[in-house]
Amino acid sequence: MLNGFTAVFLREILILKRRFKRQILSMSVSPLLYLIAFGYAMGDAARFDGHTYMEFLIPGLVAMSSMTQAFAIGTDINVARFYWHIFEEFQAAPISNAAYVAGEVLAGMTRALISVAVILIIGLFFKVTLNYYNPLFWLAVGLNSFLFASLAVGLAMLVKSHADQSLLTSFVITPMAFLGGTFFPVDRLPVWAAKIIFLLPLTHASKAIRQTAFGASPGCFSYLLLTAIGIILFLLALKCVGQARD
Amino acid sequence: MIRIENLKKSYKNIQALKGVGFRVPAGELFAYLGPNGAGKTTTIRILTGLTRRSGGNAWLNGFNIEKEELLAKRQFGLVMQSINLDQELTVFENLDIHGRLFNIASDERKKKIDELLEYVDLIDRKDSLVKQLSGGMKRRLMIARALVHSPEILFLDEPTVGLDADIRRRIWGLIKKIQRTGATIFLTTHYIEEAEFLADRVAFLDEGKIVIIDTPQRLMSQTGAWAIDRMDGDRMETVCFRTRQEADTFIAKQKESYTLRRVNLEDSFLLLTGKKVQC
Repeated sequence: MLNGFTAVFLREILILKRRFKRQILSMSVSPLLYLIAFGYAMGDAARFDGHTYMEFLIPGLVAMSSMTQAFAIGTDINVARFYWHIFEEFQAAPISNAAYVAGEVLAGMTRALISVAVILIIGLFFKVTLNYYNPLFWLAVGLNSFLFASLAVGLAMLVKSHADQSLLTSFVITPMAFLGGTFFPVDRLPVWAAKIIFLLPLTHASKAIRQTAFGASPGCFSYLLLTAIGIILFLLALKCVGQARD
Repeated sequence: MIRIENLKKSYKNIQALKGVGFRVPAGELFAYLGPNGAGKTTTIRILTGLTRRSGGNAWLNGFNIEKEELLAKRQFGLVMQSINLDQELTVFENLDIHGRLFNIASDERKKKIDELLEYVDLIDRKDSLVKQLSGGMKRRLMIARALVHSPEILFLDEPTVGLDADIRRRIWGLIKKIQRTGATIFLTTHYIEEAEFLADRVAFLDEGKIVIIDTPQRLMSQTGAWAIDRMDGDRMETVCFRTRQEADTFIAKQKESYTLRRVNLEDSFLLLTGKKVQC
């Protein structure tokens, strides 16, 4: 069932390897700017549950970056599909939709994990070390990136052009990045706003990542929710790949 | 072997294929000719699983293209009209990924890739990035890639489009060489001389329907032996003749300039589709 899965994954990894230096630089820029602009600027002025804003911000950036980098696999698929026509090579190959989606999703998750490693290393320069040894921290990162990579693969099959792809980033990812508990605690918002934001998967990813990084127990609800949404999006991606044939 | 029965494809209000049917026996080089929009690429896309059919059915080596999709896909290699190589990967990596898609064991894959790179004369460029290759090299690489899993059927969709005449002829040689291995080759092309030179049989497709299927020689002999191109007002007209003597008699009455030449497949196509040839 997953024959050919390694080929799909390997192709993305080889491309990532070719662009590695550029990719690492681009993964570093946004978190670095947020840490300087918000982290330094806030200093010790704000404390959340006994943690500095810098300590609060880094888990949020981990959640945000794992989302954006996992979702960015959609752009690569889009380029391969509309510009290089490489998607046809996969469509004409004797591989199942599941093998294709699994390969692309795993590639998206790999990018996400690299970006998380970049943030944690940058965090060290800002003298922030949290409880990164907690397996639940990495489970939350993995589920978050699985969910958004699956979303990206599904949407990349539905869009009709490069322009549509960037619209998706503007309307789906950017608002979520700012509202999903990345930069501020959601419970400080008005009740109606907190209720809406509670529906965003990134809110639950930020919460789980932050609480595990702080050494607290996040409870299983966020993990179950991320797993359920991730599985649904993966199944939808399978369906979308089947429908990508004209 | 390729078997197609009553194949149809509609895009909204446009009928791209209106019930196409034919068989291509094993080992044959079958050329599928027609003007832009006739349905050539649509046929290949349906046979290779890139496009869904609206009606009819097709089999590749006996495997139904939908019910036995994965088995049918193991039967063919595909060279698309557009260059669909990974430009950021090397020549070897492109072939290696294709081999992995077909689940070929590592040792066998590496051996086959070396053999094919020798075959298409790209062994020296094995570690070059694809973006560094010329157009002709990329086409040869696409052919090599289509052969990595040793398919019995090869679909070539305009394999020489946009190439210089000498490189085109080099690719013709390669296609002939592949045919000698026993492969069934399904070729679409705009270059009529390509079909004349390569094909065992030719199908003329016009407006989504097959007009005729026959050998190039028989099609041309039905059209005549000699052709004269001349200007009729502001448009060119072609007139065909059975014998040279008939052509000479016609020439004797000509006041305008003209060109006398042998009949070619293009004349046959234009005659059979009712498009401006007199015979």
